[in-house]
Amino acid sequence: MRQRAQGKSPLRRAIDVGLIGSIPALLLALVGMVDAFSNRYLLEESVSTGQVMLAVVALIVGYLAARRISLPAQTVATKIGYGAVAGLMVGLVLALLLFIGEVVGINLRKVLVNASPALYEILAFNQAPAVGMLLLALMGTLLGALGGALFVMPARLRSAIITGITVIILLALLRDIVKLVFQQYEPTTALYRFLFTPNGGLTKIGLLLAFLLPAAADYVWSAGRPTLDRRYHALPDGTQKSVRWVGLAVAFILLLLFPTIFGRFPSEAMNNVILLGIMMGLGLNIVVGFAGMLDLGYVGFFAIGAYTMALLTSPQVGGGMNFWTALPFSLLASMIAGIILGIPVLKMRGDYLAIVTLGFGEIIRVLVLSDALRPWFYGAPGITGVPAPNVGGMLLNNPETLYYLLIAVMGLTLFISLRLRDSRLGRAWMAVREDEDVAEAMGINLVVTKLMAFATGATMAGLGGAIFAAKLGSIVPQTFNLLISVNALAVIIIGGMGSVPGVVVGALLLIGLPEVLREFAEYRLWVYGALLVAMMLFKPEGFWPDEGHRRELTEHDPEETPQAPGPADPPLPPGTVRDRAAVARADIRATHTEDEAGLDE
Amino acid sequence: MALLEIENLHTYYGNIHALKGISLEVEKGEVVCLIGSNGAGKSTTLKTVSGLIRPRQGTIRFEGEEVIFLPAHEIARGGVVHVPEGRRCFAQLSVEENLELGAYSRNDKAAIREDLAHVYELFPRLKERRKQYSGTLSGGEQQMLAMGRGLMARPRVLLLDEPSMGLAPVLVDQIFEVIKTLHDEGTTILLVEQNAHMALQVADRGYVIQTGEIVLSDDAKALQHNEMIQRVYLGLA
Repeated sequence: MRQRAQGKSPLRRAIDVGLIGSIPALLLALVGMVDAFSNRYLLEESVSTGQVMLAVVALIVGYLAARRISLPAQTVATKIGYGAVAGLMVGLVLALLLFIGEVVGINLRKVLVNASPALYEILAFNQAPAVGMLLLALMGTLLGALGGALFVMPARLRSAIITGITVIILLALLRDIVKLVFQQYEPTTALYRFLFTPNGGLTKIGLLLAFLLPAAADYVWSAGRPTLDRRYHALPDGTQKSVRWVGLAVAFILLLLFPTIFGRFPSEAMNNVILLGIMMGLGLNIVVGFAGMLDLGYVGFFAIGAYTMALLTSPQVGGGMNFWTALPFSLLASMIAGIILGIPVLKMRGDYLAIVTLGFGEIIRVLVLSDALRPWFYGAPGITGVPAPNVGGMLLNNPETLYYLLIAVMGLTLFISLRLRDSRLGRAWMAVREDEDVAEAMGINLVVTKLMAFATGATMAGLGGAIFAAKLGSIVPQTFNLLISVNALAVIIIGGMGSVPGVVVGALLLIGLPEVLREFAEYRLWVYGALLVAMMLFKPEGFWPDEGHRRELTEHDPEETPQAPGPADPPLPPGTVRDRAAVARADIRATHTEDEAGLDE
Repeated sequence: MALLEIENLHTYYGNIHALKGISLEVEKGEVVCLIGSNGAGKSTTLKTVSGLIRPRQGTIRFEGEEVIFLPAHEIARGGVVHVPEGRRCFAQLSVEENLELGAYSRNDKAAIREDLAHVYELFPRLKERRKQYSGTLSGGEQQMLAMGRGLMARPRVLLLDEPSMGLAPVLVDQIFEVIKTLHDEGTTILLVEQNAHMALQVADRGYVIQTGEIVLSDDAKALQHNEMIQRVYLGLA
């Protein structure tokens, strides 16, 4: 690819980048996202977040074009020019869509249902088609040039601008929540009125402030950070430790005040993040991340925990226990299920294991759904009347109070995960993940080790399921579908395989964002897919990777100091066969170094 | 009674008859090498001894006790430690973590620390790189790590599978130096090698394996001078 591209003129390559970049822009428009986001405004009631999406695409295309094509020796204007050309292509392709749909009048809706008049209006900036097309080309060029400029400017400034842009887009997207939160108190209500227009997005001053303040903060922070880091590391060890503890304490207090500060809706969103993201992610992380066994039927254990809880507590099905008496049974049931599933799959690896566990998850759902088992599991209508958890006579039946239970349970599972990771058992899991045969030859009992992973993971899922049932008050079989397993797995992948903090980050991103953007939930899977593909391309180790994975997938160990070539390690003679994995890793490293070098220019 | 006695061992891969009645013995404190060409069944023998593959027939006695029905991890705990072909370090763990995993089945912390120090003494290179992730080590270093990891288990018998494979000549010499040192320290070693020349130099005795059968066994010295060995394995006239 690269070689062939060398032969083309830079202009031609800029055009190519622009044309490729216009594909995501077209896609965003034609899957209906642009239209769906058209009534969330960025600025007053003129610029919608749907348009912003397309603008961001043009911006990125401009940046990439400048990065890929320009040579260090070229002038700033040339570099920006490449960006502008690429951006122009994005604009032109969108203009072409407008032309075909509005001017020529071909009805694309027969195939592309979202190519609606509403979309054309947005694309044309509510002007006549011809004017719209001109505007599109113009905007594309401008944004592409801006992207090119982003590439040319110093890294600190770029980072500041990107921060500013991210903040305003988030504010615009999350307007409804910001409104809810701000309107709880007098002073913040005033602030809200100052920042936002009553029906649209940010006011002009609001936009400016929301952009400038975070950007300035980012700029100052990136300037001051090395000094801060140095000072921090110059502190005696004891003081460093206390600084960390103070930091943790502040974070903990903020976490406790969360429902008070943010109110009901964000608390509910947070509850789902903790329950479906963090707790499920942590549990699955033990099986997949630590022990390396790909389990796609994780929802099965979640369902077992939930059904045990419901059957034992709901008065409608003759339960009658309270939450806390039923909880141990839920945990036990899911743990036993974990072991039962574990035994037959002990000898399986990789894809085979994935398929079998996938089947297990479905079996559980089909069983509770089945008419034959209706006398026990109550079939499709599910079970209602599950009482909320109680603490000292108080029912935790609203998001704010339930939040505290979830925080406590999350703390517990986090603690267990971290301790397990550093334990003897954790080491054994990692050895099994890396190489089963060698692990066995080291005296690790594969059967016990694998079953422990399944049992621990399943118990955590059961805990999640039990709380889930009590939280919703009713359960139906169809809730427990494959998507819950996929969610948990995606959380781990996005966060970073085997990384405990990664699970938290992944959960906030993958469960949190869709929670607060509920009205766009239909695009959730779309965004999932896009995010996963992007992750695998640009950050295969995840957002907050486990050390080992990061080292393997990125550059050399920073602690490794270049040493004088000792007698122990002479350069390999040409043609020496090295193991394939090492060569592959070296390749990965090479690609990364190249990317990073590009970024640093 | 020899420390490790293997009698009439038959191992199959599906329908392929890989070991056709192997018998061999390793005395305590001995270094015994098993030489043979590619596919002769050298590695299969080691894998069968360490329990990673089940034989169809035969006996393996370790310290006089039948171990053939024990699972691999129990054989390892008994002191039969296998250093597999191709290093196979735990790439995402650090050098030290790899070594600690070698001592997985032991609980004597003080002795483990001693052994760790000893391994670092044998392989100073590993000490320099103890915090480094083993996936980033060079081939030679990985071989050292694999051997060190095996030694951390305090083997009663160490099964070394092709320690010199794919290494530069200087490194091969180093690895064999270490095998000599281990021999002097009294470690019992069953060594599998394609590099017959080097193997016969460090070994006390040797077995020659061809297509799953032992065709020759003698003192290492004698084997070195054996006409067939010289022709087939040592490349001498």
